[in-house]
Amino acid sequence: MLAKRIIPCLDVAGGRVVKGINFLSLKDAGDPVEQAYIYFCEGADEIVFLDITASTERRKTILEVAKNTAERIFIPFTVGGGIKTLEDIRLLLKYGADKISINTSAVENPSLVKEAAEEFGSQCIVVAIDAKRENDSWQVYVYGGRKPAGLDAIEWAKKVADLGAGEILLTSIDKDGTKDGYDLELTKRISLSVDIPIIASGGAGTPHHFYEVFKKTKASAALAASIFHYGEYSIKEIKRYLKERNIEVRLD
Amino acid sequence: MIAVVDYGLGNLRSVSKALEVNNVKVKVTDNPSDISDAKAIVLPGVGAFFKGMENLRNLNLLEIIIKNVEKGKPFLGICLGLQLLFTRSFEHKVSKGMDIFKGEVVKFLKAPKIPHIGWNRLNLKKNSKVFEGIPSNSYFYFVHSYYVKPKEDVVLATTFCGEEFPSAVAKDNIFGVQFHPEKSGKWGLKFLSNFVKLVNAG
Repeated sequence: MLAKRIIPCLDVAGGRVVKGINFLSLKDAGDPVEQAYIYFCEGADEIVFLDITASTERRKTILEVAKNTAERIFIPFTVGGGIKTLEDIRLLLKYGADKISINTSAVENPSLVKEAAEEFGSQCIVVAIDAKRENDSWQVYVYGGRKPAGLDAIEWAKKVADLGAGEILLTSIDKDGTKDGYDLELTKRISLSVDIPIIASGGAGTPHHFYEVFKKTKASAALAASIFHYGEYSIKEIKRYLKERNIEVRLD
Repeated sequence: MIAVVDYGLGNLRSVSKALEVNNVKVKVTDNPSDISDAKAIVLPGVGAFFKGMENLRNLNLLEIIIKNVEKGKPFLGICLGLQLLFTRSFEHKVSKGMDIFKGEVVKFLKAPKIPHIGWNRLNLKKNSKVFEGIPSNSYFYFVHSYYVKPKEDVVLATTFCGEEFPSAVAKDNIFGVQFHPEKSGKWGLKFLSNFVKLVNAG
């Protein structure tokens, strides 16, 4: 049985950690590699770095982060943000990232998912989907949640799975930053629609929220940022809470 | 010196750093003469099987690796590096492997989700120095869609993912693991340190 994964996410801009509240206001809170090392020691199962202001000159800083992380932190980590080409992916993997995550560029160029999966293997290609509820469905948004993509989230999830994505990082825009729990319905629907693992994201505020998302959906992992970042709960506390309630987690 | 073979597939930085923790010289290399000079060979790798074989062949590494392994040099294959030891794989298309271990590389049929990504337990089947001090049922990190089906009695540990599959194999000087020790936190580092000890003990 696979353990359910707890994944802290670090939003990085210009080599520094920030966390967006509803994707907009940003607060600076530290060095990404140091922060990642703390999470590694606390028992994180993986780490996600999201380079939220990826531009050409910033690309170098995230490669440095990847390199330093790979040398110090012996758990897997994913880098996302601003990845547009096979070459971008090749570089990040070369610098030590285990997986890369693509969002807007997958929507604009779906063949990138296919080509990347063929070139590097599905296991390192994560497609991030930012979804927002509209009436009875969820719509995909791109450009950091600012622009509707004109795609239904469930259909898009199926499509990227067919194209060869290894995992889906599913963020609820409605829930992100609210701390009132994951979007259980969205996560449930998507995780039942595809065979690849789903990482639930957006809304974690208490240990119970993690319990809910694992109990009520087929999510394989739960990602969170601010709950860990501002020290409200440690990863260990959350894992103990889950273990006591018979959710399979890795606790050494 | 331990040679970590660089054949253009996947993460070598973590593997080499995780080995270096044990005060051993590590060289990430695609130079055939380093393979001959090394005390041990580590073949990591993430990616497609046929690509792995193709790259090893194009870099003139394939024959030298096989020759050294057959001479008794300690060898550790990780993930794809394990799979390449086998006779053939059915990934994408049927491709020939190194055939050092008899058997095939096949896709999961009963796994609830593919790829098998994440932390899973090892059931230790045989005693081996590489697992010294590591409790059975410890978690290791996996990322793969295919697994090895040996035709010989080489299984050290198994893992369950819809079906039981071999997660560690060994024969004499040759070790192969489906999990990523360099990504498996404390127990992964312990495993690599056991391998280094075994290499140093000659």
